[in-house]
Amino acid sequence: MENNFAPLLEMKNIKKNFFGNQVLNDINITLKPGDVLGLCGENGAGKTTLMKILFGMEEIAQTGGFEGEVFIDGEKVEFKTPFDALNAGIGMVHQEFSLIPGFTTTENILLNREPSKRNIISEIFGERLNTLNYNEMTGRAENAIEKMGVKIDPNMVISEMPVGHKQFTEIARELSKDNLKLLILDEPTAVLTESEAKALLESIKNMSNNGVAVIFVTHRLEEIMAVCNKVVVMRDGYVVLDKNANETNIKEITRFMVGRDVKVAESHSELNLDENADIIMSIKRLWVDMPGETVRDVSLDVRKGEILGIGGLAGQGKLGIPNGVMGLYEAGGNVIFNGQPIELNNPRKCLDSKLAFVSEDRRGVGLLLNESLEWNISFPAMQIQDKFLKPLLGGLIKWRDEKAIKEVTDKYIDLLNIKCTSSKQKAKELSGGNQQKICLAKAFALEPDFLFVSEPTRGIDVGAKALVLEAIRQLNKEKGVTVVICSSELEELRGVCDRIAIISGGEVAGILPANESSEEFGQLMVSKVK
Amino acid sequence: MQKIKSIIESYGLPRTIITCFIILMFCLAPVAQINMGALMSNVLNRFVMNAILVLAMVPMVHSGCGLNFGLPLGIEAGLLGATLSVEFGFTGVTSFVMAIVFAIPIATVFGLIYGLLLNKIKGGEMMIATYVGFSIVSLMCIMWLILPYHSPNMVWGYSGNGLRTTITLEGYYSRILSDLFKIEIGKLVIPTGAILFFALLALIIWAFLHTKTGTAMTAVGSNPTFAKAAGINIDKIRTLSVVMSTILGAIGIIVYEQAFGYIQLYTAPISMAMPAVAAILLGGASVNKATIFNVVIGTILYQGIVTVTPAVMNALIALDISDVIRNIVSNGVILYALTRKIEEGKKRR
Repeated sequence: MENNFAPLLEMKNIKKNFFGNQVLNDINITLKPGDVLGLCGENGAGKTTLMKILFGMEEIAQTGGFEGEVFIDGEKVEFKTPFDALNAGIGMVHQEFSLIPGFTTTENILLNREPSKRNIISEIFGERLNTLNYNEMTGRAENAIEKMGVKIDPNMVISEMPVGHKQFTEIARELSKDNLKLLILDEPTAVLTESEAKALLESIKNMSNNGVAVIFVTHRLEEIMAVCNKVVVMRDGYVVLDKNANETNIKEITRFMVGRDVKVAESHSELNLDENADIIMSIKRLWVDMPGETVRDVSLDVRKGEILGIGGLAGQGKLGIPNGVMGLYEAGGNVIFNGQPIELNNPRKCLDSKLAFVSEDRRGVGLLLNESLEWNISFPAMQIQDKFLKPLLGGLIKWRDEKAIKEVTDKYIDLLNIKCTSSKQKAKELSGGNQQKICLAKAFALEPDFLFVSEPTRGIDVGAKALVLEAIRQLNKEKGVTVVICSSELEELRGVCDRIAIISGGEVAGILPANESSEEFGQLMVSKVK
Repeated sequence: MQKIKSIIESYGLPRTIITCFIILMFCLAPVAQINMGALMSNVLNRFVMNAILVLAMVPMVHSGCGLNFGLPLGIEAGLLGATLSVEFGFTGVTSFVMAIVFAIPIATVFGLIYGLLLNKIKGGEMMIATYVGFSIVSLMCIMWLILPYHSPNMVWGYSGNGLRTTITLEGYYSRILSDLFKIEIGKLVIPTGAILFFALLALIIWAFLHTKTGTAMTAVGSNPTFAKAAGINIDKIRTLSVVMSTILGAIGIIVYEQAFGYIQLYTAPISMAMPAVAAILLGGASVNKATIFNVVIGTILYQGIVTVTPAVMNALIALDISDVIRNIVSNGVILYALTRKIEEGKKRR
């Protein structure tokens, strides 16, 4: 009887601690069919843990389980593995893709749930040897794709797809399950371009109209305002705001997220546009062979002491510029730095001339995930500038100076407000925003004259964003370091840069002062798209 | 209770079990009428024979080249050094020193080529290394026959050419380290000299890992892209680690021989890599992390289990199972450790 009125999902008094560290406190969440819940909060607020509990991920049980109750359609459920959750009609799309690169969209969507036909062999050996019914598979895959309201070729191989389509394939896989009632999307738009993100939001609306409830975890608040009818904000393991979306606004959400007022991307007043400043770096006819971010022909002058932004749509080549100059990807052309030509394809030479680079690929390039923060921060400076070393036997042996390393690490932990248990903590244990700060600290420790920063705020929360950008601005102001920032988020660039170069189709479409109007930048962005 | 639990956790469950097992075996020894002192001496002797070979695993693990299944390459270099020293007629302490002096340049050349090869197949090092080990043993089987050795102590008596399978070191460097500063308490014999020699090499490796280059080596193993972005020449560091591993393998076999009293040629080195790999894994190392502590504890545990268990078992049930146990332990440990590695990888995702 009661079941008719029971909400689709009810989470009651959820509590969780990791080794004595309370990460969730009395979380209550209710969802009706068709609800779209926007879940936001700073990194480390407990969003991911909550979703893992809901999805029955093994690591929850491995770390001592959780307290509280979960009800689906009014019935108490206890998910021991994600399979239980799947059976109960919960689907989850993770931040990282779990797709088979060599398979087509259809095959990925219906993997292990393929409709099949019997054949002679399967008559004898059982149904695991049935033939796949490709016609029906394509039909069902198309159906699922249609539900999202986007266009993807069902026969395209995953490895040849742009990132956005991969994301849609993941969602389509969940949608193709007949019993799907609740879909969890963990930061689905983080890797998407603006137009793709827009399409995704549309598809979320479609799903909601079809009666599927969606939990949408994201850092992009505009997206929450656009599609969600409920908003839950978490901070330090508590739900601090739980409202209908039309009763709140971005400002309020932001305030609750960080627990303080932050000024996001406020354009700074005095732009440094001194046209007579020395040219510190002159890039001539640069090409870079970076997969997905090809640079074709870039010529760019960077003035001494400025903050230059490099913007543009994803895949147009803006990330290729720093990666090419720093020698991480095959590149050609001329780069003159401080009057000296820089040898390309040789990271060492760049670093020797006091250039530093904060990579957009934090986990892959930026960090030694399994080593301590001390190692992460001190390593480049130690290797390149012989810092934090004690010469023994008259300089014959360069001994690691653990004390100096700890000092410098503690200094940056303080300076950048890095949340960690100690300087000996492993880098992989930190949250995304704090990892990004470690990457910055690593570059700062090199005391560079010139700093490349690539996507400094990707995948980190509002509070950390402001701190990271402020740290970069301070470095520029106080130490006079020239900074080049690559970012997909134009508003952010306008907030911190003096001039912004827009890259389109692997070439410079134009350079404008940061206070130019958005339309001007928008036009440049699409001017040479190939 | 909580404290005991955390101690066991940091020491590792498998090692706790094996340690308890060895202690149990030692307790059973008097029942089986085995002399404790002799048993301990046996373990110590085997420890000094093998410890350097286990130590040879460390550099390559640090640089991310995985476990050195190609250890026979270093061993062959050591055998070349040893036979050359005997061939040129050095005796006593000089023959030991000269064996090492001859072996190091050979090992360096072998290591450089081996390193070059491993840099071409990043990601599949351990499998290729296994085949490198097998191949060099086969190649050297031919070389032992055709190289122009003449020392009557080493060549086959009836034909006058080709080396014998087993060459005695009596008069050369048999037990030159093991009997140095030897301490005897009843039947317990402590080979102080050999232990000190291992300690010296372990100290050198430990110290190396605390230098700038050593730090770079660990970083290359931890995240090669990170190291590259910090201006490190990855291939160079990896090659260095391979050369170090190979040299340690060469020195290791010479120390092994002095304790054993014989040089064993032909197919003998083929089975030397597995026990060394098993020992370091048993000591708690993983495919990409290894410390000197892992080496010491692992060698003691591994050699303990393969010497003490058969001795006690044989006396108790009068059945020779020593080789069976050796095989089960070494292969079992490797299998276990490699599956653990996969498990860890899963968790990280």
